[in-house]
Amino acid sequence: MAGKTLYDKLWDNHLVRQRDDGSALIYIDRQLLHEVTSPQAFEGLRLAGRKPWRIDANLATPDHNVPTTVNERKTGIEGIADPISKIQVKTLDENCNAFDIVQFDMMDTRQGIVHVVGPEQGATLPGMTVVCGDSHTSTHGAFGALAHGIGTSEVEHVMATQCLVAKKMKNMLVRVDGELGIGVTPKDVVLAIIGKIGTAGGTGFAIEFGGDVFKAMTMEGRMTVCNMAIEAGARAGMVAVDQTTIDYVKGRPFAPKGDLWGKAVEAWSDLHSDADATFDEVVVLNGEEIKPQVTWGTSPEMVLPVDAKVPSPADAIDETKQEGYERALEYMGLTAGMPITDIPVDRVFIGSCTNSRIEDLREAAAVVKGRTVAKTVKEALVVPGSGLVKEQAEAEGLHEVFEAAGLQWREPGCSMCLAMNADKLGAGEHCASTSNRNFEGRQGFGGRTHLVSPAMAAAAAVTGHFVDVRLLMNKELMGQGA
Amino acid sequence: MKAFTIHTGLAAPLDRANVDTDMIIPKQFLKSIKRSGFGPNLFDELRYLDEGQPGQDCSNRPVNPEFVLNQDRYQGASVLLARRNFGCGSSREHAPWALDDFGFRCVIAPSFADIFYNNCFKNGILPITLSEEAVDALFNEIEAQEGYQLKVDLEREKVIKPDGTELGFSIDEFRRHCLLNGLDDIGLTLQDADAIKAFEGRHQQSQPWLFGAIH
Ligand code: SF4
Repeated sequence: MAGKTLYDKLWDNHLVRQRDDGSALIYIDRQLLHEVTSPQAFEGLRLAGRKPWRIDANLATPDHNVPTTVNERKTGIEGIADPISKIQVKTLDENCNAFDIVQFDMMDTRQGIVHVVGPEQGATLPGMTVVCGDSHTSTHGAFGALAHGIGTSEVEHVMATQCLVAKKMKNMLVRVDGELGIGVTPKDVVLAIIGKIGTAGGTGFAIEFGGDVFKAMTMEGRMTVCNMAIEAGARAGMVAVDQTTIDYVKGRPFAPKGDLWGKAVEAWSDLHSDADATFDEVVVLNGEEIKPQVTWGTSPEMVLPVDAKVPSPADAIDETKQEGYERALEYMGLTAGMPITDIPVDRVFIGSCTNSRIEDLREAAAVVKGRTVAKTVKEALVVPGSGLVKEQAEAEGLHEVFEAAGLQWREPGCSMCLAMNADKLGAGEHCASTSNRNFEGRQGFGGRTHLVSPAMAAAAAVTGHFVDVRLLMNKELMGQGA
Repeated sequence: MKAFTIHTGLAAPLDRANVDTDMIIPKQFLKSIKRSGFGPNLFDELRYLDEGQPGQDCSNRPVNPEFVLNQDRYQGASVLLARRNFGCGSSREHAPWALDDFGFRCVIAPSFADIFYNNCFKNGILPITLSEEAVDALFNEIEAQEGYQLKVDLEREKVIKPDGTELGFSIDEFRRHCLLNGLDDIGLTLQDADAIKAFEGRHQQSQPWLFGAIH
C-alpha cells in the first residue's frame, strides 16, 4: 500500500463518516471566531433553538473592526467611533456571553488577529483540524494541522455539530530546495510560489510545503507561507511537524502539560508525509533563485522580483490574462516597462495575519533602525498582531526604533489589511503592505496595494519607493549602519 | 434553504476573470450583522462612481453607465455569466448573500474558487462550471442577442439555450440532493449525531490533549 501524505493522515484521523457521494463528515477540534463572520451564525443557532456542540472547542476574539489608536481603544467597545463597527464588536461580545464561549475581548492583552492568537496561545496544536470563518485560517497548517477557512453557514454548522461537511482535496507538494539568500524572507518565498502557480493553481488541492527551505524556516515563517496558501487558491496549506514545531508549542498556555505533553509529542512524530506517499502534483522551486518580491498588480500572482520591470500586457500568456494586465496597470497607475523601484510609496503598512508577529517586527525594525521615514511617505503604520506581540516588541524596544524613525506604533488588529476600521488608503495612493491581498479597493477605495515582506516595506518607508532591501543591508555590512 | 429545481432567467455577462469577493461585496458592508439587504451593494465599486457606505440609500448614487448590470438590457437578470476563478479571495458568505439579494439564482463560469463555490450551495445559488469554450460561446450569444434567457435544470444537470441546445454540467450528488430539496445541512448532519458522539469518544481517548479547555 502506498504511503500517506500528511493531509491524508489528518483527514483519516478526523473522518467521522464517509458518504457515498464522496462528501464526508470530518470532526473539528478547534473553531476560532471573530466579529465579522459569526453574527449570522449565532443568529442561526438561536433561530433553530440549537446549542454549541462543544463549547470549549471555540475561541473568539475581535480583530477586523477594532480601532488601533490608543485613544479609541482605552474605553473599550464604547470608545469605538464608527457606530456600525461598534455594533459588530458588541454583538460578538454578547454572543460569546450568551453561549458561554471564551473570548479575548478588546481589553484583554491576549486579543489580536485570530490567526496570530490561536498559535500564540497553543489553541492551535499539531494534528488538529482548525476552522474559522476566515480564509486565512490556512495559517494554522504551519503546525501540521488541517486548517481552512469556511463560510458563515459552516461556522454555524461546526458550532452545532462539531463537524464539517467536506470533500477530500487533492494533494500538492510545493518543494523549495536549497537555501534562501540574506534579505530573502518567507513572504518572498510564498509570493514567488504564487507567481509561479497562479492564484488558482492550488484550487482543489491541499498544499504541503516541503524541502530544505521549509525545514530551515522558523514557525513564524511557516505561518506566513501557509497564510497565503489561499492566495494560491488552496484552502489548506501545511508543513510537517518537526522539532521546530514542538519547541514552539511547548509551554504555550493551552498546550498539553505534564504526562500529556510526552504522549502528544510522540503522537505528533507521525505528522509528516510518508517517504513513499504520492502527490497529485509537485511543484519545485529553487530557494537560491528567489529574490525579494513586490506585487505590481491587483492579484497576488501579479508579482515580480524587485529588480524587474512592470510587465506589458503583451507578456501575458493568454487573452484573459492580457485583459487582466491591462486593467491592473490602469488601476495601479503604472506604465509597462517602468522599473519596480521607480514606483513611489505613499503609505506603508506593516501588520496583518501574514506579517505581524514578533519576528516580522524585528525584521522591519532592523531595517529602519537609525534611518527615518522618507518625507514623501504620508503615513507608515506598524500594527502588531496581538497584545502579546505588542508587549514583547515593547520589551525589546522595537516600538522606540519605529517611533524614532517616524513610523506609528499601534494597537493590535487587522487594521489596514482590509481597512474596515479607520486605517485606510486614499484613492490613488500606493502602499507598501505586508498583508496578503492586493485586490482593487482592498485597503481603501481606489487604493493601490503592493505586497512585500516586512523588510521590504521598511526599506520602502525609509526611501519613499521600492528598493531591494539587500542594498540597504549591504551598507550595514560595510559598517555604515547598526 | 430555498430549493433550486428549474430556473429560467435573463442572463448577464460579467466579462472579467478572477472576480474576487471584495469586488462582489466590498468590506465596508461586512459590518452588517444580518444576512439580507446586501443586494444594492453587490459589485458596489464597479456599479457606482462614488464610495458606498453601509446603511446608505443607493437610489441617488451616481451609477457607472459602463458597468454591465447597469445597462437597460440586463435589468432583471438572474443568471450571471462569469469568467474563470470567480469568487476568489475572502471566505465571506456575504458574497452569495449579495448575489442572492440582488436576484441571481445561478452563476455560470469556467471555474470557481473553492470557498465561494461551497458557500453558494448553502444559500440556494447554483454555481455551474462549463468549459472555457462553452462559456466563450455564451458570452458571444448573450452580447449579440438582447433578452437572451437561459433555462437551468438541476435535476437533469442541463443548461438550455434559447434555441434548445443543451449543455451538460455536473454537481456532487449530495449537494444536488440538498439543493433540489432545499435541505438544511445542520439538520442532516445531526441525523448522524450518534456517529459523531462515538467518534468524539474515541478521539478524546486517543488524543486527550485536543480536549483541553480554553479559559
Ligand atoms: S489581518 Fe487581514 S487577512 Fe488577516 S484576518 Fe485580518 S483582515 Fe483577514
